[in-house]
Amino acid sequence: MLELKNLSYRVPTEDGGELAILNNISLTIDDRQLVVFTGPNGGGKTTLAKAIMGLIHPTSGQILYNGQDITDLSITERARLGISYGFQQPPRFKGLKVRDLLCIAANDENLPKNVCCNYLTQVGLCANDYLDREVDTSLSGGEVKRIEIATVLARKGSLMIYDEPEAGIDLWSFARLTETFNELHQKHDATMIIISHQERIISLADEIIVIAGGAIRHRGTKDAILPLILADTLGNCALGKECIIK
Amino acid sequence: MSELNKEISAIDEVDAELLEKIADMLGKPVGAFNIRKNGGCAARESTEHIKIDPRTDGHEGIDIHILPGTKGETCHIPVVMTKTDMTDAVYNDFYVGENCDVTIVAGCGIHNGGCGTTEHDGVHTFHIGKNSRVHYIEKHYGEGDGNGKNVMNPQTVVYLDEGAVMHMDTAQIAGIDSTKRYTRFECADRAEAVVTERLLTHGCQTAHSDMDIVLNGADAKGRVTSRSVAKGTSSQVFHPNLVGNSACFGHVQCDSIIMDEAHVESIPALTANNTDAQLIHEAAIGKIAGDQLLKLMTLGLTEEEAEERILKGFLA
Repeated sequence: MLELKNLSYRVPTEDGGELAILNNISLTIDDRQLVVFTGPNGGGKTTLAKAIMGLIHPTSGQILYNGQDITDLSITERARLGISYGFQQPPRFKGLKVRDLLCIAANDENLPKNVCCNYLTQVGLCANDYLDREVDTSLSGGEVKRIEIATVLARKGSLMIYDEPEAGIDLWSFARLTETFNELHQKHDATMIIISHQERIISLADEIIVIAGGAIRHRGTKDAILPLILADTLGNCALGKECIIK
Repeated sequence: MSELNKEISAIDEVDAELLEKIADMLGKPVGAFNIRKNGGCAARESTEHIKIDPRTDGHEGIDIHILPGTKGETCHIPVVMTKTDMTDAVYNDFYVGENCDVTIVAGCGIHNGGCGTTEHDGVHTFHIGKNSRVHYIEKHYGEGDGNGKNVMNPQTVVYLDEGAVMHMDTAQIAGIDSTKRYTRFECADRAEAVVTERLLTHGCQTAHSDMDIVLNGADAKGRVTSRSVAKGTSSQVFHPNLVGNSACFGHVQCDSIIMDEAHVESIPALTANNTDAQLIHEAAIGKIAGDQLLKLMTLGLTEEEAEERILKGFLA
């Protein structure tokens, strides 16, 4: 179980003040749930996800994972506890091949080719074309993004966080990816937090959490929240104008 | 432990370890070979198609003749130096006939346990015949528990005849206090020079690499990829120069990772003497990107492990 208690993250502003990116967020996510974080750009979704992975350190508050206080643990320590993270904009590596990243992710320098292939197939990539390619600028943004997701799959973590997995991915690959998330969820092996704006991913969620203005504005089942989001895309801000403007 | 020191009496365990590092030799190599140790010949074998003979012009070194049409064979000519306060200058000339496809493994390993300088100056000249393909691999490595410097100043000059191709993979693994290297290719029609240079410096080491890729013939190609890592207070200078004298294509890419208090200069140069010469260079110097470290840390590596893995991949 993941518990966030009164989590805040503030950054200094140019005029000497402070800006709250996350404002006193408390949240519990049960094991094996698929939770989607959604909400307007700049609302704090990625910051919240990064705080869980340890990529940023909250100004105040507490993060507990399976009852253990992980607030002050390093990224590495959290990764070794089973938390994994798919970056919205993954880095590229001159000299590291797709196979290398999968081996590092699986903590197995001799990860069998068929296992590597399986991870790549799950993100819609043909393994033979990619395994020995460097993860450098010769790959498109969509390809790098799918490789990033494959590395998270290879971690086999108990908590997987994906930051906008759909970004930069073509429609056909996106359909395959949605299927993979659904399969993972059906297996009930891991808790999944997916930051997304896509209806198809939102539809998979057990719970949707709308984050805006650094706080949780709504949370509920897809049946409760999805109409609000759809209405928002068609007209005025059904998520609550005040939450976005704030 | 390597079998090499059991198979060749002049090779001891230290030599064997060096030979494994620089030429991946675990035992006596298959094919022709010449092992040079401390300025002399430790072992030499020719084959039916590859003849290795001492020079006759008074210089130290060997002549290697590879018969036309030789394919799939290898030739190992590594050098080990384990004495301190010694300079070994050697001249090796390669004559590769037409239509060959061979691999040549060179390299130099120094174990300097004393306080003097141990220096190897290897001058290799290749004459590659028409339509031949040569894969040339050399690794340079130094070690030692004394205060003596390990110095290597290799020179490689390659003449590629029509349609000939050479892939040259050169790597300075570690432990070389000072290197000044010069590489020159002259390419005839349709000849292709592909050079991959990997270089690591640490401590207060210095490395200077000059390279001239001269594309004389029509459709000649030159590709240079240089990757280096500079740690500590070490200093590196790269100066690859592509010269286009014909309708040719050349590309140079220099990437360096700079760390600590190191110094890196990357000065790629292009010289065109023909309107149809297409010459491109790219150069980049930077530290390890923070997001690369973070990514590998989310995969369970510590920051130190992540750094090591990034450098290992970069120089692989």
